[in-house]
Amino acid sequence: MRIAVLSGKGGTGKTLVSVNLAASAKKAAYIDCDVEEPNGHLFFKPQGVKERAVTVKIPQVENSLCDGCRKCVDFCNFNALAHIKDKLIIFEEICHSCGGCVLVCPRKALSEKEKAIGKVQIGTSENVTIFTGILNTGEASGVPIIKQLLFEDKPKSDIEIIDCPPGSACIVMESIKDADFCVLVAEPTLFGMHNLNMVYELVKLFNKPFAVVLNKCIEGRNPSEQFCLDNNIKILCKIPFDNELGTINSNAKIAVRENEKYNALFSSLLTKITKEAKK
Amino acid sequence: MRIAIPVDENNIKTSVCVSFGRAPYFLIYDTNTDKSVFLENKAATSPGGAGIKAAQAVVDSNARVLLTPRCGENAANVILEGGVKIFKTAFPSAKENIEAFIAGKLSLLDEIHSGYHKNGSN
Repeated sequence: MRIAVLSGKGGTGKTLVSVNLAASAKKAAYIDCDVEEPNGHLFFKPQGVKERAVTVKIPQVENSLCDGCRKCVDFCNFNALAHIKDKLIIFEEICHSCGGCVLVCPRKALSEKEKAIGKVQIGTSENVTIFTGILNTGEASGVPIIKQLLFEDKPKSDIEIIDCPPGSACIVMESIKDADFCVLVAEPTLFGMHNLNMVYELVKLFNKPFAVVLNKCIEGRNPSEQFCLDNNIKILCKIPFDNELGTINSNAKIAVRENEKYNALFSSLLTKITKEAKK
Repeated sequence: MRIAIPVDENNIKTSVCVSFGRAPYFLIYDTNTDKSVFLENKAATSPGGAGIKAAQAVVDSNARVLLTPRCGENAANVILEGGVKIFKTAFPSAKENIEAFIAGKLSLLDEIHSGYHKNGSN
């Protein structure tokens, strides 16, 4: 079962929830799709790490074959090509690897070459296999790394927890598109509610079963909770704004491995999620 | 000689546009004929790489000189490859900059910024 953990903004507790859900399972895969700043490995400190480069295809030109028709220049939606003084210039960092320019070139002056944009690391920590996607700084899109993580490496485990990037853009869509269930993590603020709404819209669009975890809960008004009540969204659990949990987490320790109280909290959350997902 | 300037409006009284790649128009002024032509900048609404596309249009216009307040790295690569010299504007209006350039009062743009396209572009 694939469980995606997402939120509309960073810092709501996606990694806290993902890491602890994975650690509370008998056996699980934790897949860090937050490829611009993966940090789940800081908690798991995986052993026996193996890594592999992730590449994309980008165009290269044989200028002697190019007759300057500019079909490729006009085709590229990202303007990664320019034709200046009988020479084609390719901006590799702008290219989104669609391959279109190669297809439209009538002279076969363009071909594709591999370019490394990041890597995937795989290691273990007790009961959890950790998959970490890492995007090189300055690259246009982490989507190819996520494809590699979720669809090529294919972590095989009964429980697979996907720690998504923040927001609701392409990279998040790629992370949740194959998920069986989505867990939306939200903060008890107006800003948190606004961002919860963003991912709520997204999971509805993808027609995914989902429910909410309210994190950093304190006494008093919780706009995100109100949002759930107003929209009939199931709240799976409320994680308290707790000094002890904060301390464990900020020391890069895994709460369920440190403290029985949190082990009970996240084990029960995982049970609820698997039940909901099977509905 | 043709001079290109990113501008806000398609009339001769226009101000210089603060952006190169996303300027609505380019003014192409010909010093031989004293005539001005306004090119619509088709790159202005591009999802990405606007500077590259705009620079291609400037090179294609046969301008020898570009007067601009700023220019990104990718655009500058295209423009310089096209043999166009980049000068920094020093006045708000396009007309004043043309006059200043002809009088030899503008200096080459020495600061090329690395672009604004790397933040959340996916």
